[in-house]
Amino acid sequence: MNWKTFLALLARDAHVARRSFVQLLLQTFLQPMLFVFIFGRVMVSSGYMRPEYKSLLLPGIMAISMIFTGVWAVAMPLIAEFQFTHEIEDRLLAPIENHWLAIEKVCFGAAQAVVSGLAVIPAAWLLLRPGVDLNLHSPVMFAGVTLLVALLSASGGLALGCSVGQTQIGLMFSMVLTPMIFFGCVYYPWSALASFPILQKVVLVNPLVYASEGLRGALVPQFPHLPVIVVFLGLVIFDALLLIVGLRQFHRKAVT
Amino acid sequence: MLAGIRTQDLRKIFTSAPPLGAGRRKTKSEPAREIVALDGLSLDVRAGEIFGLLGPNGAGKSTTVGILTTRVRPTNGQAWIGDFDVWAQQVEVKRLIGVVAQRPNLDFSLTAREILLFHGAYFGIDSRTRSARANELLHRFKLSDRANQMVRGFSGGMMQRLSIARAMMHDPQVLFLDEPSAGLDPQTRLLLWEIIREYNQSGKTILLTTHNMEEADALCQRLAIIDHGRNIALGTPAELKASVPGGFLLRLRFATHSPELLERLKTLTGVTEVRAQNDGVDVYADRGGSLVSEIANITAAASVELSDVHISEPSLENLFLHHTGRSLRE
Repeated sequence: MNWKTFLALLARDAHVARRSFVQLLLQTFLQPMLFVFIFGRVMVSSGYMRPEYKSLLLPGIMAISMIFTGVWAVAMPLIAEFQFTHEIEDRLLAPIENHWLAIEKVCFGAAQAVVSGLAVIPAAWLLLRPGVDLNLHSPVMFAGVTLLVALLSASGGLALGCSVGQTQIGLMFSMVLTPMIFFGCVYYPWSALASFPILQKVVLVNPLVYASEGLRGALVPQFPHLPVIVVFLGLVIFDALLLIVGLRQFHRKAVT
Repeated sequence: MLAGIRTQDLRKIFTSAPPLGAGRRKTKSEPAREIVALDGLSLDVRAGEIFGLLGPNGAGKSTTVGILTTRVRPTNGQAWIGDFDVWAQQVEVKRLIGVVAQRPNLDFSLTAREILLFHGAYFGIDSRTRSARANELLHRFKLSDRANQMVRGFSGGMMQRLSIARAMMHDPQVLFLDEPSAGLDPQTRLLLWEIIREYNQSGKTILLTTHNMEEADALCQRLAIIDHGRNIALGTPAELKASVPGGFLLRLRFATHSPELLERLKTLTGVTEVRAQNDGVDVYADRGGSLVSEIANITAAASVELSDVHISEPSLENLFLHHTGRSLRE
């Protein structure tokens, strides 16, 4: 492991991200904020939703922003660089084992996900107030869940970015990410699926469920949520699984 | 440290990927289509020489470069850069090599100068040295005035120059150039040749691939001619050219020919070899134009109508044709 090279690779990604800051900002915030505004503000003020929904919604919005940011930050450049522009080749020739380049991508994507997750909380709070009842009862648990969710998003981005062909990007969104979001307990707690017992079991294969429920447990424990141990177990297992798959796929792309 | 390049019995078989969606339906009895890109290639490039791999498209040149630069895994065989096994000691090898790929692969998210600076940073060069070296290379490759622009808008020639500058940024012991002058105008090509020679004079090993005869002749100290993944001839350009019988090649085209005609042609003074082709005859000889009138007399006497005569002076093209029966450009 060559730290100088690893840090230079990180510096390159940071430099590129800084250059496209406004684009990143819109990409990360626009959709969640629109959602917060319509569901948390319009629907609640007009009486179609109960006021408590504001608090229930916020952790879900944080989860989805983090997942989107991490997946996007890692997957999209990888798809383009391996398949269109080949610009990753220069970094594959840097004096470091290939898998460290993949790990660097995951670290950078995870860092971006953490930033976007932490930034969404005050932004959504501003848009929703008054009536948001956040209760950070265990900062350690919150930090742990946030980090695991960030790693989940970036590892997922690695696995997707190295598996999806350039012609299948649309398919990736409609077939993978959209169902994940709707069945990811983002807009409702997992317990709300009690009247659909089979669906309630099936959605447990969706890693986003553990992200939303974990953040719900950390930020608004007054609402029903999955037990902490289940959340951590789910996140750790999916993190490891996606990272292993991602690294394997990366290797297959990097060397012919 | 001086470093040469060695390969031993390299084989690479690509299994072509099935088309999208066809994967599932494929039965086990239907074998995957295999393409043999390299078929036992052994090379020994000395430290400090400019070595050329010459061959037509699909001969295995880029695959060889891919294996030597850690990007392609050989099916069999071994390769070394200096004392390092390319596959087993990738990081050590990557430190020693600079690579210019055939297709442009510049970092489109960066400016020209940033491309060089970050490349230097990947190799752990300190920031002051990095900056000085980047300026020097930008100047040398006549890119200084575009240094702070994004490379997305660069012309093909500018991208190629920048790719070469980038490969030299960390001062590698071994430089790989895959078709370096493809798409360059004649003036830039001459500049590139000059830079390559200069770089070589500082003791660096250079391996370049080309299907351009002139380039191979002008630049390379030794050449390997490869075809179908095999090494078919090796030597200095002069040695290789001298190995073609006679040196001159006269390609005669006519509708029909008979064994007697071939025999008659062989008796002409200076003719070293006569080979029948589908639509005519290839005559190897130690003279060119002065043979034409004698050939015309013979064909007229045999009532054969010549439709075309093409004379090539001694060249690597003739050599390739002699060894493979095919033109390099085919």
